[in-house]
Amino acid sequence: MYARWVLIALLAWPVLAGLVVLLVPARMAKQVALVASLVEFAMSVPLWWTFVPEAGMQFVANHAWIPAWGIRFTVGVDGISLFLVLLTTFLVPLSVLGSWSYITKREPGFYALLLILTTGMIGVFVALDLFLFYVMWEVMLIPMYFIIGVWGGDNRLYAAIKFFIYTMFGSLLMLVAILVLYLHAGRVTGTYSFGYAHVLAQVGSLGLSAWWLFGAFFLAFAIKVPLFPFHTWLPDAHVEAPTAGSVILAGILLKMGTYGFLRFALPFFPAVALHPTVQLGIVVLSLIGIIYGGLVAMVQPDFKKLIAYSSVAHLGFVMLGIWALTLQSVQGALLIMINHGISTGALFFLVGMMYERRHSRLIEAYGGIARVVPLFAAILTIVSLSSIALPGTNGFVGEFLVLLGSFRTYPVATAIATTGVIIAAAYLLTALQRLIFNPLDKRENEQLTDLTPRELAVLVPLLVCILWIGVYPKPFLRRMEPAARQLIEQVRPGTTAAPSTAGGGQQ
Amino acid sequence: MTLDPTIYNELLLALLPEIVLTGWALVLLLFVAWRHQTVRDLRIAGWLTLVAFASTAIAIWWLWWNRTGIEGIASMIAADDFRWVADWLFLAAAALTVLISFRYLEREQLLAPEYYVLLVFATLGMMVMAAGSDLMVIFLGLELMSVAVYVLAGFDRRRARSAEAALKYFLLGAFASGFLLYGIALVYGATGTTNIGIIGVQVSLMERPSVMLLAGLALLLVGFAFKVAAVPFHTWAPDVYDGAPTPVTAFMATGVKAAAFAALFRVLITGFANVAAWHEIVWWLAVVTMVGGNLFALGQRSLKRMLAYSSVAHAGYLLVALGSGRSAGTSAFLVYLVAYTLMTLGAFAVLAAKGRAGESDVTIDDLAGLAARRPWLAFALAVCMLSLLGFPGTAGFIGKWYILIAATSAGQNVLAAILVLASVVSAGYYLPVIMAMYMKPEPTDAAHVDVRLGRVGNAAIAIVVVGLLLFGVSPNRLFDLARSAGDSLRPAATFTPPPPPAPSQTPGN
Repeated sequence: MYARWVLIALLAWPVLAGLVVLLVPARMAKQVALVASLVEFAMSVPLWWTFVPEAGMQFVANHAWIPAWGIRFTVGVDGISLFLVLLTTFLVPLSVLGSWSYITKREPGFYALLLILTTGMIGVFVALDLFLFYVMWEVMLIPMYFIIGVWGGDNRLYAAIKFFIYTMFGSLLMLVAILVLYLHAGRVTGTYSFGYAHVLAQVGSLGLSAWWLFGAFFLAFAIKVPLFPFHTWLPDAHVEAPTAGSVILAGILLKMGTYGFLRFALPFFPAVALHPTVQLGIVVLSLIGIIYGGLVAMVQPDFKKLIAYSSVAHLGFVMLGIWALTLQSVQGALLIMINHGISTGALFFLVGMMYERRHSRLIEAYGGIARVVPLFAAILTIVSLSSIALPGTNGFVGEFLVLLGSFRTYPVATAIATTGVIIAAAYLLTALQRLIFNPLDKRENEQLTDLTPRELAVLVPLLVCILWIGVYPKPFLRRMEPAARQLIEQVRPGTTAAPSTAGGGQQ
Repeated sequence: MTLDPTIYNELLLALLPEIVLTGWALVLLLFVAWRHQTVRDLRIAGWLTLVAFASTAIAIWWLWWNRTGIEGIASMIAADDFRWVADWLFLAAAALTVLISFRYLEREQLLAPEYYVLLVFATLGMMVMAAGSDLMVIFLGLELMSVAVYVLAGFDRRRARSAEAALKYFLLGAFASGFLLYGIALVYGATGTTNIGIIGVQVSLMERPSVMLLAGLALLLVGFAFKVAAVPFHTWAPDVYDGAPTPVTAFMATGVKAAAFAALFRVLITGFANVAAWHEIVWWLAVVTMVGGNLFALGQRSLKRMLAYSSVAHAGYLLVALGSGRSAGTSAFLVYLVAYTLMTLGAFAVLAAKGRAGESDVTIDDLAGLAARRPWLAFALAVCMLSLLGFPGTAGFIGKWYILIAATSAGQNVLAAILVLASVVSAGYYLPVIMAMYMKPEPTDAAHVDVRLGRVGNAAIAIVVVGLLLFGVSPNRLFDLARSAGDSLRPAATFTPPPPPAPSQTPGN
């Protein structure tokens, strides 16, 4: 019963709740939204226990939608998407709570869009029909566009349209590629269907057209990740978006790109993806992302922009891990996707809280505030350390696994990537020092108030996750392993025949 | 039932919808002769027009329900699903135009019920065009439609721009008709007939098409390209659309364009299927129209001109459907046309509500803050814009998707790629409208006070929005209709055996 309905409920509930939010009186909007998102989270939690790692796709729901084109409403979850779904349902209530006092105008619209966005995001992660995937991929664009454009900072119009057009540009070419795949599979089998498994079974006979099809998918996902040099929309969008928007953008939207590589680009076009030139190109771009993202973050005067660029670096690690295609590196990449959602999400929440107090995101506007707001400073420190990947925090587990796993495939690249960890320490620790430690020399900062219980309620769940994954990541890795193994087997048959659980399962 | 066109009564039966509408047009004319010049008369005329359209639609439904067909290929009129679906579309576009005209005519003090008579005659002309299976019948329909629309474009005779639009449209339209007629003459010279079915047979018997036939075809294409406003024959469109009263513009952008396309589809696919030359021409026309229309639209500040160029761009998308060949292309064309008609009419309806009396230029920035003052109207326009952009969840996306499927399955991957890239460009002018409404503050407190369309106009907008969202999520019924209509239009030379149904049935996966 639960298995059959949970995904449909997870998709339908936020939309319905969003409509309710629009209808209730404006002052109750956020309460209703909070309850709705908590219910959504509660509905998703049993996924964690009922998920059977070895069983592949589960919780599958399959209904007819547009039979004329072979489009079905097919959804399901496996070890790759499970955590992304949970991360989404986990971050949304926190985002609602984190926007409590930040959003002051047009509240019903904001919360309704946030809820509709939830449907889009979950839809992307669970869709097993290429048409459905594309629809969800685009649908989440509109709420985000409005969230940035209506509730964003001073330069919000520019950031919103840039975000929209970049994403749309990539995804429309993907649309053509999806159509070509559909027609190809239809011609080979005589059955026209957008089903994921159906298309996947026929990609072997694509021939040379696989190259440009891969290119179309690559562009769509690389813009979303974002891979250098497609990243320029990211700093604008992240900085201008309101706190909840930034958290969702960094926490979940970026993962759609890497998820797309794992679910579509790699399994569909293994020959192209593993072609030495393509491999080299993507690894180099990932490395540039890691190093360049870190270096640019180092010189940012704006703390929010610093975090935005650090995202580029983190996602570079994910891409490296995915392309290294060893069990550890793929598991590590999956784990970084979650960790980045948690840590960077927490950092964006903290920046938002700073901004609400002082109306400045510039690092130099602060200094020595640890004396005034000790709780805030302590949490910021822990979260920053997790983002740097200090052992004992979640960040370490992910990056270590990626580096360990990638070293077997790309020793030189991995050596270069390791410096990214050092750069991360450099920019975050420097920023931390200037924010909370240096002398308290600004009078405005003397009156700052420490975190309120509501803000603690936002941050504590994130802190718990940071420490939990940092100390005991096994429950996560165990659920990912079969899916990661299957993916590698699909893309590069034979490599995981000898089980290499040493790194993954027992880390 | 199959009708024999040589029997008088059966021919009349095949023309039933046209006859019903003609009857209503005469009733309206009589009404106008007796009563006119007051708001009340205007309203009565409007409602009568709606009744006329509804009863015509029912007549068409009756013919469709009885699976009416015409015996042989030598008939001057066709009776197939393509005609019925196209007719319904024209009637829907005209009816929605009537709904948004109510308030507009009163506000602009255009208290002349003749407006509705002209609208009915224009619609009649469109129906004749869709029915015509003979070039002469199509030409008659085209002229009936065009003359009525020339007058409608200049209906606001006190305004110079409206008169300018009418004159421009008339002069250029007359030229285009001349081209068309000359093309018909040359085709007649080459084949000895004006009947499209027989032309198809004659052409398939030729080893290679004669120069005279090709010249005639080229002139035909020029004439139609003018009517559908394809680049480079679009130059009249922005000025005429801009100058004409807004509901008339909506009608021109949807109904007139749809009728010209419907006739073009029938001529090319039934008559000239065996002439390869037009595929290439249409390919280039589609590319130039998509690219040109979108780029020109980018630079517009006036909402009406922007919509005018956007309708040029959409003509390009429809040309892609034409260029991707027979049955799938025709079905895609009809589906897209449904979406296009709804979203364009919706956008013009909001524009008609926004435009203040006498002041014609509504720039995109004038919409700033509309969402705060008129949330539902802003929502409607936002849905129309997203649909025009081809965004999932709206009918515009389904239509575009259908065209893309038709194009890729015909091997036109390049055309499909150009279409999506052109769509990205179109985000550059559709999004600013949404941006202005939702993300910019209202310039003054009273900026949007007068924005209203009356209860009837609001109903029209509601119909449009519901239709766009409904077809965007659940288009199955529409597809069935479009597919049977698309299959009914087939090259004359291959009448037997009938083509197999489109091969896209799917089991579960």
